[in-house]
Amino acid sequence: MWGYTLKRLLQGVITVWFIATATFFGMHSVPGDPLSGERASTEAIRANLEVRYGLDKPLGQQYFIFLGNMLRGDFGISYTQQNREVNDIIREHFPVSATLGVLAVMIAALGGVLWGALTALYRNRLPDYIIMFLVILGISVPSFVFAALGQLGLVGVNSFLGRTLLPVAGWGTVSHMLLPALVLGLGTMAYMTRLMRSSMLEVMSADYIRTARAKGLPMSRIFTHHQLRNAVLPVITVLGPAIAAITTGGFVVELVFAIPGLGRYFVQAVQQLDYTVIMGTTVFYGAFLVFMVILVDLVYSWVDPRVRLQ
Amino acid sequence: MSHSKNNVMRTLRESDFEPLGEQSTAPLIVRPSRSYWQDAWIRLKANRRALVSLYIVIALLVFTFIGPLVWRVDPALQDVDQISIAPGEDRGALVVNAYEPWSDGRIEPGYEDGAGLRLAAEPTTLRVRLVWDPMPGVDNYRVYRNHYPIDGPQAFGLPLADITREDVFRYEDRLDLRARDYYYTVVALDAQGLPTDQYETIAVSVNRVITIPEAESRGLVEPGQTLQPGDNVMMPWHPLGTDYLGRDMLARLMAGARVSLFIGLLAPLLYVAIGVIYGASAGFLGGKADQVMMRFADFVVALPFLLFMILFQVVFGIGPGESGIVPMLIALVVLLWPATARLVRGQILQIREEAYVSAAKLLGASHHYLILRHMIPNTLGVILVTLTFAVPSAIFTEAFLSFIGMGVAPPTASWGSMCNEGLKNMLTHPHELIFPAAMISITVLAFNLLGDGLRDALDAKMRSAE
Repeated sequence: MWGYTLKRLLQGVITVWFIATATFFGMHSVPGDPLSGERASTEAIRANLEVRYGLDKPLGQQYFIFLGNMLRGDFGISYTQQNREVNDIIREHFPVSATLGVLAVMIAALGGVLWGALTALYRNRLPDYIIMFLVILGISVPSFVFAALGQLGLVGVNSFLGRTLLPVAGWGTVSHMLLPALVLGLGTMAYMTRLMRSSMLEVMSADYIRTARAKGLPMSRIFTHHQLRNAVLPVITVLGPAIAAITTGGFVVELVFAIPGLGRYFVQAVQQLDYTVIMGTTVFYGAFLVFMVILVDLVYSWVDPRVRLQ
Repeated sequence: MSHSKNNVMRTLRESDFEPLGEQSTAPLIVRPSRSYWQDAWIRLKANRRALVSLYIVIALLVFTFIGPLVWRVDPALQDVDQISIAPGEDRGALVVNAYEPWSDGRIEPGYEDGAGLRLAAEPTTLRVRLVWDPMPGVDNYRVYRNHYPIDGPQAFGLPLADITREDVFRYEDRLDLRARDYYYTVVALDAQGLPTDQYETIAVSVNRVITIPEAESRGLVEPGQTLQPGDNVMMPWHPLGTDYLGRDMLARLMAGARVSLFIGLLAPLLYVAIGVIYGASAGFLGGKADQVMMRFADFVVALPFLLFMILFQVVFGIGPGESGIVPMLIALVVLLWPATARLVRGQILQIREEAYVSAAKLLGASHHYLILRHMIPNTLGVILVTLTFAVPSAIFTEAFLSFIGMGVAPPTASWGSMCNEGLKNMLTHPHELIFPAAMISITVLAFNLLGDGLRDALDAKMRSAE
């Protein structure tokens, strides 16, 4: 167990290094640099700025300086927002994205398990057909369409009620988060519903369910203690990739709902070629995702003792 | 034992070893033999959802490749008279005389009566003429225009002008008029020039008109026809309306379909091909080479996909006049091949251990024969299913990137960039968002259902539990 964890963590660290290296050299192969805007108006200013950001050194040396700073957890200063540290940007905006993401994952997982179990219980009856139709819609409609339609619907509801039931955009209170989180989680929820349904169907025909029935357990207890518990395992396996999809997929929702999350900053930084912010956010996100997946794998082995880690 | 053997030996004759003739009279009780693909096709045809999806995919291809031959409208052409027109909206225009200035403040026949804020002439897209009665004790007025009914002093809309001359109680609006309803408000200003709570509103329904030279320059006049004021001409037809720049939605949807399907079909083809070659080599070589190759694939898988898609878009750079399609294609291929590689490697490793492969080896099958007759046919189903599921995800990615403005560069139309543009006018002109969004959804839906059907038809082991 510990050996396995250590091995996975080591792999994770190497992966993060790979991400950092790929981003660094990718970034520096882009024609132009963040100083090619109007800021470096004269040669002297440009030279000074290059010294300040360390751009005057050879690329190889810059790379090792970058790696060293990264190990100390320092991603440097933003190019476009002077005197603002990348760490500050991450510290300020990542919690917003993370809150939204966690809420979305929760909605997706709870909804997926619930709907999936329901469709399996009502297999080939009306509730099953209705939910599975919605699931197919959920998988096929892009999140930005849901976001736009959700906003459109909310405007309608708000103007019909004559008061603000939920705010249409912005950030700050729980009521701001509900619709964006739902929209963000919808695709994953649909996917999880499908997974839960097939896993539930498999469990329902298992021998131990028949045994439980034969010994006279009430259906409700069989459902909660035998079926649900066993059927939920595959859903946990996809939780890692789901967190990855939801946190990075948050860009669109953040854009549509005007949420000050890290995703919006990343897109902005890429457009402005803000090296340090790009590097910082990519490495941070990459590390976050890599270790999330490892964490979920470890949790999985704890939830399902049959899984032997090696 | 030996006794019976002797018996057999004795009864056997030379003629027993002659081949039998064809026994055509014997009833044939075997089913006709079907190949794997015939069987799969029959199963696919029995799946109604998959079959309908297949028809939708074919219809999409027709729409994309034959559509532009039938509907020959330039997707970049702007129809400035019909901006953000919803489908089925009236496209008639009345031919009128050229515009004449309103210096005399003349009121046209039929508009003499009335009190308060009222029209002085037929409201047209050339001009809207308003007159009002002086309000007691007020010298200055401000005129506003809104697209929505006025329901309070906070929402008058766009301020058009301040009327400060004491003897003038009229205003002529010529600012960017469209054939629609407007709500005009005249607000009395106090001595400091600030709005008071004294105002009057009027709803005006503007008619589309066109002057003769304009109609001629737009090519709306049939050869040999002469236009008179009072005639009706038809503006160009847009079956699905126009977007916020007056471009034909149908033509743009077709152009967008080309981009979306180009990326959606070519990218999966390329990266699945690379993945198959990589994965098959790794699985075949085995040992150290396999480990190294797969570890590298693992790293590529671990890259945060969307972040790197965006980064790649920048790294490759989109020059002026380029559409940005090729960078997206390369980025998709570079980032997505490992999934297929892993899958194919797993399949190859599994098939290598299968009993029928061992049997073939024992019978002296060559390497060549093993690959051609066992490895390829048995992985082809899986590869085909992967390919079908890869198409919607590539279309999704393209739409997503174009939507956040990191995809194809304007003016290239893609469904994602059309959604992005439609989002801005979503409240007033929902059709600009709904059509491209529906196209993406239908396409992705069709490919997903087709993928489900193919998986069920091709591989009994992977059949879903439905």
